[in-house]
Amino acid sequence: MEWKSVVEQLCPDGHEVSQAGNLIRGYGRCGPHTVAVIGTTNHTEVGVELALAMAAAVINVIHDYPARPIVFLVDTSGQRLRHRDELLGLNGYMAHLAKCVEMARRRGHPIVSLVYEQALSGGFLANGMMADVCAALPEAEIRVMGLAAMARVTRISEERLSELGKSSPVFAPGAKNYLLLGGLDALWEGDLSACLMDALQSIDTTDHRRTLGHERGGRMLAYPVVQRVLASA
Amino acid sequence: MTHSYYESSARARIAGLLEPDSFHEWLPAAERLTSPHLATLEQPAAFDDGVIIGRGSIAAKQIFIAAQEGGFMGGAVGEVHGAKLVGVLERAVRDRPAAVLLLLETGGVRLQEANAGLIAVSEVMRAILAARAAGVTVIVAIGGQYGCFGGMGIAARCASTIIMSEEGRLGLSGPEVIETARGVEEYDARDRAMVWRTVGGKHRYLLAECDVIVADSMDEFRHAIVAGIDNGDDWSLAALEREHQLLAERVQRFGACKDGRDIWRELGWADPEAIAMPDNDEFVAAAHGHRAKNI
Repeated sequence: MEWKSVVEQLCPDGHEVSQAGNLIRGYGRCGPHTVAVIGTTNHTEVGVELALAMAAAVINVIHDYPARPIVFLVDTSGQRLRHRDELLGLNGYMAHLAKCVEMARRRGHPIVSLVYEQALSGGFLANGMMADVCAALPEAEIRVMGLAAMARVTRISEERLSELGKSSPVFAPGAKNYLLLGGLDALWEGDLSACLMDALQSIDTTDHRRTLGHERGGRMLAYPVVQRVLASA
Repeated sequence: MTHSYYESSARARIAGLLEPDSFHEWLPAAERLTSPHLATLEQPAAFDDGVIIGRGSIAAKQIFIAAQEGGFMGGAVGEVHGAKLVGVLERAVRDRPAAVLLLLETGGVRLQEANAGLIAVSEVMRAILAARAAGVTVIVAIGGQYGCFGGMGIAARCASTIIMSEEGRLGLSGPEVIETARGVEEYDARDRAMVWRTVGGKHRYLLAECDVIVADSMDEFRHAIVAGIDNGDDWSLAALEREHQLLAERVQRFGACKDGRDIWRELGWADPEAIAMPDNDEFVAAAHGHRAKNI
């Protein structure tokens, strides 16, 4: 879906959101809420400049609009795979963005993310996956890497991997699998502004993903392992 | 004769850094906590899932520690492995040790656990930041054979302090990943000198991507860790804004550089080859005033 259409559905009460390069920025109204909108488009790779621009947008919201909710619109094909970005320390730029999101959370900004097109590994870790509520459109594509590449790395055939993917949400890409694993809170369908309002009513600033994964049967060990560490002598 | 950090196993690193007999392990191998996903793939498992966690003391301070074992799947993070790291960090928020020490050696997400591995890395990132926000200092040490890459390269930079050795490597996408995706003209993973100029400890130190560089010895790492605990942490909006400024300056100043050597020249190294000097103390002295500013 086009980001403009997503923003119109999320913020039917008006919005002022614009695109510069592959960065989306602005604010919108959703019922009683004014939300900051920060995102990317065109399945862009996230390199140092884009990570820095998103961090600047987050810092700007912290400064100028205390406690305003932040909505990340996620569409990325992952971190930029360039020697030059690695030379400059892309991991440090990604971490800086993640720190800015965490700082916003600690200062009372509810953080919501919506994967509306595509989310891949490094580009997703530093913003979308940092949210209090992480949602996706049902047709969104979420993955670590493609099955072909995964088959190469693991030396397990693509057929076998997709076979395994039918019985376990761990191996195959897809929003539904991330839902079962607790990596997503919900799939948003129908009235997106109602979904966003619901999310803003139910903000939980602690990381509850392992509990969700356990409840939904997709990730049975993360929750009990953490509990066992906490209960150890 | 001092022990090499690089050559040591995760367990030997813990033994070499902590005070003798002070380490108490949580979920040791005897509990046989293995990855269910590796079992599904009929791949060999490890009873600690490649990470050792517990508490101990260093310079009479009580700390929590986690050490990744590069020898098991390159230290990659799966569901159980990640949950052990999260458990240590969340426990620190409750119990308030002097610091949490993470000895990272990892390629990032364990691809055999694909989706579960990615979520696990994200949970580790959030747990590091939650610990810092709660006032717990988190110190990362990187000096093993496999370096620290993938999502864990991001997680490392979420910590309060990073200590590296010259042999340590830190980045996001590894050289092989970029070469596979973009070709050898973009990144020649076999050109070891060029890889070192991109992700190696000295380049990361000059760029201020790590805070401290030490020689490859257990004693040097220990001294730096103790200093890191004493320095504590600055988790504040002001510190984050300083970091933002410095990262913006870095892109402006070095954004067109093609090689580590171009950056070092720009930093005032008349002879960029000189940074390969073997003695770490000499290097640190020479780097004074010829290194990007650190927050």
